[in-house]
Formats: sequence, C-alpha cells, structure tokens
Amino acid sequence: MANTQQFCTFFLKDRLFGIPVEQVQEVIQSQDITRVPLAPPVICGLINLRGQIVIAIDLRRQLAMEELPAEMSPINVVVRTQEGPVSLLVDVIGDVVEVEEQTFERPPDTLNRKMWPLIFGVHKLESRLMHVLDTEKACSSCIGTGEV
Amino acid sequence: MSDDAAIVKEFLIESYENLDRLDQDLVVLEKNPTDRNTLASIFRTIHTIKGTSGFLAFNQLEALTHAGESLLSRLRDGLLPLTPEITTALLAMVDAVREMLKSIEASGKEGERNDRDLISTLARLLEPPAVSPRSEVTAAKVEPAANRPELPVPNLGEILIKRGTANISEVNAAVEQQNAGDPRHVGEILVEKGAVKSQEIVEALNTQQHARGQSASDSTIRVDVGQLDRLMNRVGELVLLRNQIVQYTNSTEDSELLATSQRLNLLTTELQEGVMKTRMQPIGNIWSKFPRTVRDVALGCGKQVRIEMEGKETELDKTIIEAIKDPLTHLVRNAVDHGIEPPEARTQAGKNPQGLLFLRAFHEGGQVNIEVTDDGAGLDYEKLRNKAIQKALITADQAARMTEREITNLIFLPGFSTAEKVTNVSGRGVGMDVVKTNIEKIGGTVDLQSKPGQGSTVRMKIPLTLAIIPALIVTSAGDRYAIPQVSLLELVRLEGEQARKGIEMVSGAPVHRLRGKLLPLVYLKTELRDESHGPGSDNDDSQSVNIVVLRADDRQFGLVVDEINDTEEIVVKPLGKQLKSINMYAGATIMGDGKVALILDVLGLAQRASVVNEVRDHAVVETDDQQSHGVSGTARRNTVLLFQQGENGRIAIDLSLVARLEEFPRDAVEIAADQEVVQYRGQIMPLIHVSDVLESTRRKRDVDAGESLQVVVYTQNGRSVGLVVDRILDIVEESFTQQPQSGREGVLGTAVIQRRVTEVLDVPGLIAAASKSRSLAMASS
Repeated sequence: MANTQQFCTFFLKDRLFGIPVEQVQEVIQSQDITRVPLAPPVICGLINLRGQIVIAIDLRRQLAMEELPAEMSPINVVVRTQEGPVSLLVDVIGDVVEVEEQTFERPPDTLNRKMWPLIFGVHKLESRLMHVLDTEKACSSCIGTGEV
Repeated sequence: MSDDAAIVKEFLIESYENLDRLDQDLVVLEKNPTDRNTLASIFRTIHTIKGTSGFLAFNQLEALTHAGESLLSRLRDGLLPLTPEITTALLAMVDAVREMLKSIEASGKEGERNDRDLISTLARLLEPPAVSPRSEVTAAKVEPAANRPELPVPNLGEILIKRGTANISEVNAAVEQQNAGDPRHVGEILVEKGAVKSQEIVEALNTQQHARGQSASDSTIRVDVGQLDRLMNRVGELVLLRNQIVQYTNSTEDSELLATSQRLNLLTTELQEGVMKTRMQPIGNIWSKFPRTVRDVALGCGKQVRIEMEGKETELDKTIIEAIKDPLTHLVRNAVDHGIEPPEARTQAGKNPQGLLFLRAFHEGGQVNIEVTDDGAGLDYEKLRNKAIQKALITADQAARMTEREITNLIFLPGFSTAEKVTNVSGRGVGMDVVKTNIEKIGGTVDLQSKPGQGSTVRMKIPLTLAIIPALIVTSAGDRYAIPQVSLLELVRLEGEQARKGIEMVSGAPVHRLRGKLLPLVYLKTELRDESHGPGSDNDDSQSVNIVVLRADDRQFGLVVDEINDTEEIVVKPLGKQLKSINMYAGATIMGDGKVALILDVLGLAQRASVVNEVRDHAVVETDDQQSHGVSGTARRNTVLLFQQGENGRIAIDLSLVARLEEFPRDAVEIAADQEVVQYRGQIMPLIHVSDVLESTRRKRDVDAGESLQVVVYTQNGRSVGLVVDRILDIVEESFTQQPQSGREGVLGTAVIQRRVTEVLDVPGLIAAASKSRSLAMASS
C-alpha cells in the first residue's frame, strides 16, 4: 500500500474530523477549565496539563457550529503546534484510521467560506467523509470569527 | 577578597580551562599539522595568558609564554612546519605554565623557577629545522618545581586526634591495619571499629579539604544555563506540588502526615532558594565592563569622566542580568554623551571639570533598585519641548501645558533624541524608549529625575527573579486571580455602613477617601466585563467591599474584588500567543488545588481602566490618528476634565494638567497677604476662583451655595495652586477641534465636547491673569 497516513478521528456533532496522528500528543478526559475574560470567544480557557498551562480551543465555536449541549463534557485532544501544546475541545473521540492518499479531495467550492482556512479537504472513507483539519489554524484565535 | 585577588582568581579559572583545551588542541594538531583553525586557537590562548600575566606582573610566566607565542605565530603563518619536537616543546611549555599557575594559586607568586632552557629551546626552534638532538628537548622538560611552596596538609588521623574525637592508639592501630594491607581508608576502619562516628569523619575530611586549599578549578564548575533552567522549572513544579499537598493535609487530622508535609514544605523552600541562588549573579559582572565603556565614550567626545560604583555585589537572576545589560549600557553611554558637559562648560559652571558617573544598586522591598546618576547639566526642558514639537510628537499647545514630569517622560517616546548631532554613541533616537520597553518587559519600572545644572538620575526597579513571585490571590466572579505582591500597597475592607458610604462618585467615577485623599476605584468585574453590576449597584449594598490598593507607575488606585484570599508563592507561566495581545494578564499559574489562575498585569489593568494616562499614550494615539485619517494638527483625542461654571458655562481642562481633585470645607479657607489659601499636604496652597478671572462681574462669595469648595489642584515646580470651580461634571475622552479665541484671558479657545460648546482653560494663562490683579505667590513660569 503506497502512501498511507494515519489519522486520529473525532466527532463534532455528527461530523467526522481527522488530525494526523503524529500531531496529536494525547487525548484526555474533560478537565477543569479556567476561563479567560476578554479573550476571543474561541478560547475556552486554560487547563493544567501536568504542570503545563495549555490553552483550550472550543472547536465548535472555531468552526461556527452550535454550542455543545451543557450536559455533555468535551474531550481534550492535545495537539502539538509550533507554539507548544494546545488542547482542542471535541465532542467524542473516534478510532485511528489509516487512509490512502488517493482518497483525498479538496473541499467543494460550496463549503462555507469561514471554514476554508481550517479544512484542508476530505478523505472519502468507505462509509463516510472525514474532514482533514489544519491543526495550526485550528489553534489560532483569529480564524473562524470571520476576521482572519 | 580584594579586587586584585578576584582578578587573579578569574585569570586562573580561565587559564586552567584554556590549558585543558590546549592539551587537546596540540594533540589534534600533531595528527593534522596544517589545521589553521586549531593553530589559531592555540595561538590565541597563549597570547591571552601572556597578555594577562604581563598585566598582573607575572614576569616569568610572561617570558615563557612570549617565547611560545613567537614560535606559534611562525607555525600559524606557515613559516615553520610542525615537527614532533616542536609539539613536545610546546607541551612542555603548557606544563610549565600549569606549574606556575598552581604556584600562583597557592602562594600568589610564580615561585623560583628556571625556565631558561625551555625558553631557549623554544627560541631555537624558531629557526628552520636543523639537526636538533632530541635529548636537548627532553632535558628542557620541566622538572616539577621543587621549591614550589608546599602547604602542609594534615592527615585524617591528626585531625581526629586534634579534635579529640579519636585517641592516638586507635588511629595508630587503624594506620597499621592499613599498612598491613587493608585497602580501606583510615576513616572507614575507624568507623567500622566504632571508634568514631561517620559524621565526625565527614567533618574531619572537610577540615582536611579546607587545609588543602581547594583548587579554584575544583571548587567551581561551569553549568549549562539550559540545564539550570530545566532544574528551575522542575523546582517550580515541586513548589506547586508542595502547595497542593500542604493544602490537602491542612484539612486532615493525621498528625504524622501533617508533620511530614511540613518538612516537605521546609525542604522545598530551601531547595527553591538554593536553586535560585545558583542562578544569581552579582550586578558587578556587567558593571565591570563600564569603566572601559566610559573611558572610550568620554575620550570620543572630549570629556573627563570618573565612574564610581556602590553595591556591586547586589545579586540578580541571570535572565534579568541578561535583560538589563543592554539598557544599562545605553544609560551609561547616554549619561556620558549627553548628561555630562565638556570640561570647559563644567569649569564655567563652577564644577569640577571631571564629571562623575555614579552607579548604585541595592535591595529594597523584594526588588533591586539600580540608579545611574550623573552630575551633568540635567534635562533642558525647553529643548525637550521644542524637540517634541519639531518631531510632531506633541503640539505646541500641549507642550505649553505640560508639567515637568510629563516633559521628562517625553524622552521615553520612540524616535525622541535631544542630541544636537548624532554621535556614534548615542542620539539615534532608538535609546530611551527601548530602555523603557526592555525594563518593563521584565516587570521593572524606569524613572528619570533631573535637576537643571545638577544632573540626572535614572532609577530602575527590577524584580529579583522572574520565575517564582509572591502574589496576592483574589476572587472575582468566582474565579481566582493572582496579583504580584510588588504592586500591592495595602488592603482596605469596608463593612456595613462604611461599605455603603465609603464609595463616592466624582461624576460617575467611583472614589474612596483613603486617609483624606481620593483613591480612584476600579472594579475588577467591570474591567473583565464579567458582570454588568459594578459601582453603585444595589447588589453591593449588604456586602462588604474589598479594596486592593495597587501602585502602577507612580499612581495609586483601588481594585475592588469580591474576596481577598491569601498570599502565596506562585510560579509564573507564560500564556500562549493567542492571549498575548490582552495586556490584562502577565501570565498564569497553577494553584494549590491544581487549577489554573490568571496573573493580573497591574500596569495593563491600570491602563485599561485609564488610571495611568501618560503623555506617551496620548502621543502615540495622536500620531496614529493623524496618519490613518490624514487629519491636520488641530483635531486631537484628549482626555479632559469638564466642570460647570455659572449657570450654563462648560469648561474643560486637559486632564494631564490636573494633579488632583479635592474638596475643602469652606471654613478651611484662610487669608494670607490678601489671598485666599488653604493648608494642603504640608503646603500653603493659594486658591484662584475661576469665576474671578473668567467672569466680568465678580460674584459675592458668601452667596455661593454649598458648604464646600470644589478644587482642581494644579502643580508645577513642586508648588500647587487650587482652582476653585463651581461643579465638576465629568472626565471625558474625546477628539475635538479647538477654535482659537482671542481676547479672553485664561482661555485657550472653544471646542465642541459632548456635543456642547465648551471653553478650554489655559491654566498658566489663568494663573498669570489672576496674579496680575493680585500679587500671587506663584509665578506662572
């Protein structure tokens, strides 16, 4: 099998997303989050990751999706970025999937403009489509609000 | 230790290190005789030792290294091929140098030596290779310096006997046993026999070590800074963990656990202090370069300057030392270049033609103060004013109304330099603003004071360390925040009746009377936009009010918080770049319960709440506005104090001119020299009724309603004048266009502020007008 890549997958509402596994540091259960007043809305707050302070990004807000229902607690997907680890809050964690390069396709032109910078494209899995997230952009605070 | 001894010690440490490398280099060179880099490196090392030994008057050392250097320079220039013979001679020289260094370390002298043979060998080798009998080289090998002063080192047994911890027979028995073939040390044998406790042996060994006179290269090691940083990080984690454990155990009854956690607590604190200490360096390390800097700069601009230092041994964290190095160097250069006058000018002014630059460092309140003082001409306020106008940093109008303090602060503006001509040292306009930014970046403050004709002092307050700081923990809207203790002045708690009445309003701006002075209040909840109900809301009625009195720059303000918890040592952790733009936070920390708390940046908070309103900020905003909107000079964004005069008259004063707002009871007014005065902060302050100057018909005083006078205090040259106004309305920040108005004394012009026509007061003009009609104590200069 030529050129396969492994993705760590997760769900936001009913949508499936994937991040290359090598960019994922760890996945941890819901944590105490200290909110940061005056911060951009996509920044949910700060968590204590074994003594390291990590920013938690609300991925639903980043992607302009509706809020997570209050009774659900989000999962932290801690990803490595150039600026150090950042936690992305997701609804549910999925499997690690292995995909081939040829199943990839750029996003359709009709994709919401706000999503363009964040979504590289999709991998056509057998049963469904997996969004490929741009990790660095997803961890930035000035995208998704339309201000870029 | 005297200065000389310190220099010698440093020379020794450096030379030992270099010699070790030299051994390796020479060996490498032998394998690869044409390697220029290695040759150059060896040459430099020997050259350095030669130079320093000449300077320190170690003549034999100098003569020897000189011979070696000559040989090396020929090798380096490729005039001689490297032969094993030469290598041997050079290694012999290295050994001889090492011998001498040891002798210097032990006795301070090179010792009686005979290196003539070695030197002549080195000299002979300068000549192109002839037939040189090998034996001569070996003969030149240095014999161990027999008359090198030997320090008598007592053996362990002697020490133990002397200390009375062991008797002679026991020691002798142990020594005999050792001589009989026991491989262990005497100490071990004695401990095993039960004659001496191991603790005593350790002490005796220490004594012995001391007597040996620890070699300088043995007693210090150089450690990679990255390693220390990581260690410091780990200790930071440990401190956090300690906090968690202490918090947890305080809620249990288990006395054993409690005692253990207390020991952990103590140990952690000691460890933390110890690690911090390893990172501490005396400020003298950077200062030691300054005499040279001063000499060069002074020579370059034809001045005579003497440098004096006090508090060289004051220690600071390494990262801070690094951070203040450049700003400090800049200040020193500046003081010599701009501050101190040329000798002729000094003589004319009746001063010593030789200027004095004084550096001083001392600890105060958990911070280090560093002062750079010169006895030069001081700041020329007129020149500063003109320069600022010329550079379009402020308008002529603003300049005329600025206080000296504000003018002083101008030099911290980007792009500001008063040097008439740009010299190669300073005056490029990238100076003081960079100094200020760099110092503020590490949580310090810079302040400049100047007396015309007497000189200037730049005073910096620098935190000792950046990593772990004491902080006050407060709660606002259910979240905890840490406030660095250095900004904290005091805590005020208002309860019951006081809580309702202790907070008053100056047209919407809440204030509290703290020992008779008005303290502006800032609600943390409001600033964090946590809640709509802030000052004056009904919800606060029943509760008490907690005020944290803080200092930002040199202003004070009260921060109202929900709860004041405790002080704690916190470990400062940086925030990600996504949050860097919010100037409200200095970082974050992890609390005892493992949760994250934000650290408030007091200066940022004050700026956000407009407590600190520096010219610096105005000027920046102003130029931005002008650039982006292309507005010509007249429309400006200004913060003004509005007050009402008469029935409908609205008057504005530039807020930067207002020192304070005060309220005096009418009966506090006294008369001195036909002038109304009040006693104010230890001074007698003349009062000017704005109505007297501005209104053609003088009002009768006693007709005025109210029992108290509203007074705007204006201070210049350390003297205050009180302007009595009818009613203070508001403080507004607005951009407005001022129409010049002639013919009315004390008024600069009119402007539309808050959609109403408002007169803008010319305070110096007003005072001048008032003093014209009566001989006022204070001149309007």
